[in-house]
Amino acid sequence: MALPLPRPNSMHPRAAGRVLAALLALTAASCVTINIYFPAAAAEKAADRIIDEVWQLRENAPAAAPASEGEAQ
Amino acid sequence: MTLPIAFSRWLLALCVGLACISAAQAQGNLEIDTPTISALRQSMQQRHAQLAPLYASGAVGLAADGSVALRDAGAVPLAQRAQANSLIAAENADRAALYREIARANGHPEWEADVRRTFAQRWIERAQPGWWVQQGGSWARK
Repeated sequence: MALPLPRPNSMHPRAAGRVLAALLALTAASCVTINIYFPAAAAEKAADRIIDEVWQLRENAPAAAPASEGEAQ
Repeated sequence: MTLPIAFSRWLLALCVGLACISAAQAQGNLEIDTPTISALRQSMQQRHAQLAPLYASGAVGLAADGSVALRDAGAVPLAQRAQANSLIAAENADRAALYREIARANGHPEWEADVRRTFAQRWIERAQPGWWVQQGGSWARK
């Protein structure tokens, strides 16, 4: 008597293949979307935070800038 | 019959995960707190004390490409001109490094030009009254 072939008790192999292909396509599409997109709003926020710090616009900067301006003249 | 259900659940979880990642990238903040970026920010902040009078006198202006430029050398006394030039060069080196590092810190070195463009707009937009900015190819006083 021949041994029964070991059969996966889960899914038809073709169905599994289709799901896997769909999954790969989805993953690839997601990666492309993430790579192309430049977060302009987030970049603006980041730029403003850095400009605040470099130009000291948040803490005691308004006093510092006119003072140096006056000194230059 | 249990495995397909587990598999489809896993698939669903993956989809949700990917959606979250792209949403986070779309809505969230850019990473600007790396040691390299912090050092650049500090270096630029310290230099600003020396650059501010040059902005105010119109000697140095904020260029359209996100750099600073010597706009009117005549506004700087001859003796200080070399120092002004080295300040400008150092500032532009830091700015270029900043744009590059922000793009790299966020895993997208190819964003450097976009980061530079964004900064260029914000520097010009937020320049103080009296400073010179480059708009549409020509210099204008804010």
